[in-house]
Amino acid sequence: MKIEELQDKANDIREVIIKMLAGAGSGHSAGALGSADFWTALYFGGVINYRSDEPEWEDRDRVVLSAGHYCPVLYAVLAEAGFFLKEELDSLRKIDSRLQGHPHKSSTSEVEQLPGVENTSGPLGQGVSVAVGMAMAAKMDKKDWRVICFMGDGEQNEGQVWEAYLNAAKFDLGNLTLVIDRNNIQLSGRTETIMPLEPFKAKLESFGLRVIEVNGHDIEEILQAMKMARVMLDRPTAIILYTTPGKGVDFMENKSEWHGKPPIEPGEAVEALEEINSIKTYE
Amino acid sequence: MKSMRDGFGEGLREAGKRNKNVVVLTADLAESSRANLFAEEFPDRFFDLGIAEQNMMGVAAGMALSGKIPFVCSYAVFSPGRNWEQLRVSVCLTDVNVKIAGAHAGFSANADGATHQALEDMAITRALPNLMVLAPCDYEQTKKVVLASAQINGPVYIRYHKQKLPQVTTADAPFELGKAQVLKEGKDVSVFACGPMVYRSLMVAEKLESKVSVEVVNIHTIKPIDKEVVIRSVKKTGKVVTCEEHQITGGLGSAVAEVLGESCPTPMKRVGVKDVFGESGEYEELVEKYGLGEKDIEEAILKV
Repeated sequence: MKIEELQDKANDIREVIIKMLAGAGSGHSAGALGSADFWTALYFGGVINYRSDEPEWEDRDRVVLSAGHYCPVLYAVLAEAGFFLKEELDSLRKIDSRLQGHPHKSSTSEVEQLPGVENTSGPLGQGVSVAVGMAMAAKMDKKDWRVICFMGDGEQNEGQVWEAYLNAAKFDLGNLTLVIDRNNIQLSGRTETIMPLEPFKAKLESFGLRVIEVNGHDIEEILQAMKMARVMLDRPTAIILYTTPGKGVDFMENKSEWHGKPPIEPGEAVEALEEINSIKTYE
Repeated sequence: MKSMRDGFGEGLREAGKRNKNVVVLTADLAESSRANLFAEEFPDRFFDLGIAEQNMMGVAAGMALSGKIPFVCSYAVFSPGRNWEQLRVSVCLTDVNVKIAGAHAGFSANADGATHQALEDMAITRALPNLMVLAPCDYEQTKKVVLASAQINGPVYIRYHKQKLPQVTTADAPFELGKAQVLKEGKDVSVFACGPMVYRSLMVAEKLESKVSVEVVNIHTIKPIDKEVVIRSVKKTGKVVTCEEHQITGGLGSAVAEVLGESCPTPMKRVGVKDVFGESGEYEELVEKYGLGEKDIEEAILKV
């Protein structure tokens, strides 16, 4: 798929996210919109292996969403990729739905299981350890599949995250790619006010990770970084994805108050959809 | 006299022999948990993840999602104590095949003091859906519990002790997960016990034999509790005493009271730690001081 096509697909995903969140009446807008370019590049840019008609295919790459509140974007790309029908997206956060408010993986229940979801997340910091465990298992079994773990920057407040980095470095997990959405906001404000992370890159490097910095809205750059991470197998790679939270919707961009709420006031969703529609280039 | 932890270590090594998917994780406590017996035999399947219990639990979940059968080994106060939420979300909600081994249960970590004594672990694990909770009574039974846990699919918590204690069961004694064991039949009082309280209860039952006929039941599976055996015993005796090296709230006593309160209300006394923290001391001193000794069991039996 051409870069321009991926860009438009990302904006399609943004539209789906707005509709899902407006329909649900609660949920997290900013991160899902801000990372839509990344998620589109990941699933449709040819950088990971998966089979949407065989979600448990043994050799698939494992995409672990550690920051569970980003799930509207995950659900949207999974539906777009054919893991389940798009109509099901309307059930987000509703009773009897497989689209839980935060992703739920059940290794025993076929019924509750949303195809394509690899882990349970929401409480921050947990997914990255799960990803480390998967990468260790793949290494033990000499399997070529890779683990891609997506995290938020506010999530870096959790001590567990840094435990996991020490662990990943100890075992030289070159099959693990950590993607951290550096959008500078978390639930109640700016990340640097609530708990400063900078110098973030230097911290990650000092923990033994190879760091690649990427403009999270440049699909070409994202794809290049993911391809690099795939071939550098000596140690884990961390991609710092610089993004604008709420990207594509002017009244949401860079505003932490949109971290944890959906467009539910009259006119908000319509305005958001019009804006996203106006930035499409290729169609 | 043999320790449950030696039974754990030997059981773990045997489980490793029987199934190549068994892996062992520890947080810098290989030797005292006895996970070292596995490590010596299977170094490629043993991982020391440092003093980081939260990460360890998540790593175990990730390995289980990739086909491994991880045993997570630490002290019960730290795991499932410190990493309870990781146990809840990454393991139990995800319903993955992870076994959590809580060493130094009860007053095992005696001289280390209150911080290291696990008196609440059954309460916090019993509340979690999908999780089986086990408290074996001696060396042989701990071995069997480990092997049986490795054979079932799903999360299991095993608490076990450090001290060398008298044997209650033998190597060829039958054992089945979820099935309570009537070790001594009686008709006046039912004593439901777990862990080292089983042998203490048996000693008391023998001592009282001429006065009171005591039935001693080993409840090694705290959850799901064997309702059938509990109710059957109580219908016969009409009186109940529970004994556990744990707080009297949330553990075995509570589990038994829940069953009987709904199905068969019965006069009851609970022997356990009475809503206080422990302190440093010799193991047997602590058992006596905190009301878990043979005289306390005897008193409960006579008063109920």
